[in-house]
Amino acid sequence: MKRTANLISGNFKKYDPLQIDSYIAIDGFKALKKGFELGSDGIIDEINASGLMGRGGAAYPTGVKLKQSRDVPGDVKYLICNADEGEPATFKDRYLLEYDPYSIIEGMVLTAYTVGATHGYIYVREEYSYLHNMLRKTLDLARQGNFLGENILGKGFDFDIELFSGAGAYICGEGSSLIESMEGKSGRPRIKPPYTKVSGLFREPTLVHNVETLTTIKTILYHGAGVFSKYGTEESKGTKLISLCGNVNNPGVYEIPFGITIREIIEDLGGGVKDNLDVKFLQLGGASGAIMPKSLIDIPYAYESFKENGLEIGSGAVLVADSTNRIIDFLDSVQTFFLHESCGKCTPCREGNRQLSNIIGRMKDGSATDNDVASVERIANIMKYASFCGLGKTAPTAVLTAIRYFSDELFSKGDVYERM
Amino acid sequence: MMQFENLFEKVEAIIDKYGRERANLLPILTDTQDLVDHNFIPEEVAEFIACSLCIPTSQVYEVITFYAVLSEVPKGKHIVQVCDSTVCRLNKNTSLVEALEKELGVSVGNTRPDGEVTLEFTPCFGACDISPAIRIDKKVYGNLTEEKLVKVINDNIGGMHS
Repeated sequence: MKRTANLISGNFKKYDPLQIDSYIAIDGFKALKKGFELGSDGIIDEINASGLMGRGGAAYPTGVKLKQSRDVPGDVKYLICNADEGEPATFKDRYLLEYDPYSIIEGMVLTAYTVGATHGYIYVREEYSYLHNMLRKTLDLARQGNFLGENILGKGFDFDIELFSGAGAYICGEGSSLIESMEGKSGRPRIKPPYTKVSGLFREPTLVHNVETLTTIKTILYHGAGVFSKYGTEESKGTKLISLCGNVNNPGVYEIPFGITIREIIEDLGGGVKDNLDVKFLQLGGASGAIMPKSLIDIPYAYESFKENGLEIGSGAVLVADSTNRIIDFLDSVQTFFLHESCGKCTPCREGNRQLSNIIGRMKDGSATDNDVASVERIANIMKYASFCGLGKTAPTAVLTAIRYFSDELFSKGDVYERM
Repeated sequence: MMQFENLFEKVEAIIDKYGRERANLLPILTDTQDLVDHNFIPEEVAEFIACSLCIPTSQVYEVITFYAVLSEVPKGKHIVQVCDSTVCRLNKNTSLVEALEKELGVSVGNTRPDGEVTLEFTPCFGACDISPAIRIDKKVYGNLTEEKLVKVINDNIGGMHS
């Protein structure tokens, strides 16, 4: 099997974002024209046929989401491109924003046309502020070319996009928190239902899609669902951008067909582990993802095989850690992150992260007690089952999977803790 | 206060640009902070914005204190941020921290007494492909070694080493 593909990433560095003609010259906006011919139903059929699932992490079937959103009535409907890429070890959306912004815009117009959205936003994290002006310029150029604005390409469809900057809050990657922040509030999640599809920004129907999902919608329309779904496995169709990083020789964004093994990703794409060291573990899908021991390195990178092994694709982050790293130190870095990013709205997440951080800190310096060790799993499970939103629910994933695979190292007497 | 007189006019222009709805509070605050020397929103300015948007000052502070980018207290003129997330820790960011503290003359989490520079940890800013990475005044520098770090610091905050 070929280890890389170039459907979603096919335009990377092929044109100058400040010259829209250079995008048009490589078939830019051809997918949009095709979409207008297919109509809303035709586009949804094509996306359903492709088997595309949401690329932000939740892996919800995109065709289903499009249809649900379209079926919500309303004169005003928002489409938000979620470019608040805050998951540690994830940077694939940055590549899309930087190297192929027009495909994102094209995917957004296609999506808006499909669901009947009237206003669009690209919500870009503040940390990517160096891209903001370039992106605003691409929106201007698209507007001048009549790919945005009123009566797009003479098809009687009106839709425009604005850029909105985040202000440094991981929680705003969660759809309803993102929307709260766009209403001038602190970014804390809303209770669901109502889902944002029904009542989102300014209480109007709002569809939120990840950058890669929107780009892939355009990719599928351009190549056809058949070409896209030729790649991948039976249950994981197509290709995916992964963010490969950590102790590997060639970190970066790679587009892979689902089904290649994690070993192939590390060795053939990543050029192996730095300094010829051994792999000790991986963290998949970002800081909120599972820790995977080296023993699982030969499983295919696909939704179904991940599920069988208690893992998730998530955002597509593949973080590789070499044999010199202690699990407890790594958990400490994960906890530092979640303690900082918990919004504080619900007790399981706010207090759970605090207690986990304290205990992991004591385990790290060797001063943990029996009681601490007995509490870790209990607290982590309370967070997993009782937290208000995805942040709190997934924050303890690393801890729980580390306990599953590395309990000998974590709880070794005399090393990480002393008995009272 | 005299020192802010000119600032209020500029903030007024920002508010006019976005409109006086509460929904525009976040961009108004981030744009405003960019105008202030020490990367913060002075109390008088927060009150002025609250007044202009017809919302309680407490709501403005709710937003300022929630988002990492915004600050209610003065920071350094330059802000040096070291990524302290999973990837950069695996890539041994600790050696960078030591070098930065030595080079800048301030310990992490603090602002140098002369007010020139703040050194702080920050969560992942998506530069994991060039880890270990830092941000200086929002610009990213990656693949850093101690040697490269000293050069980056001298180029950006040069001549201020105390």
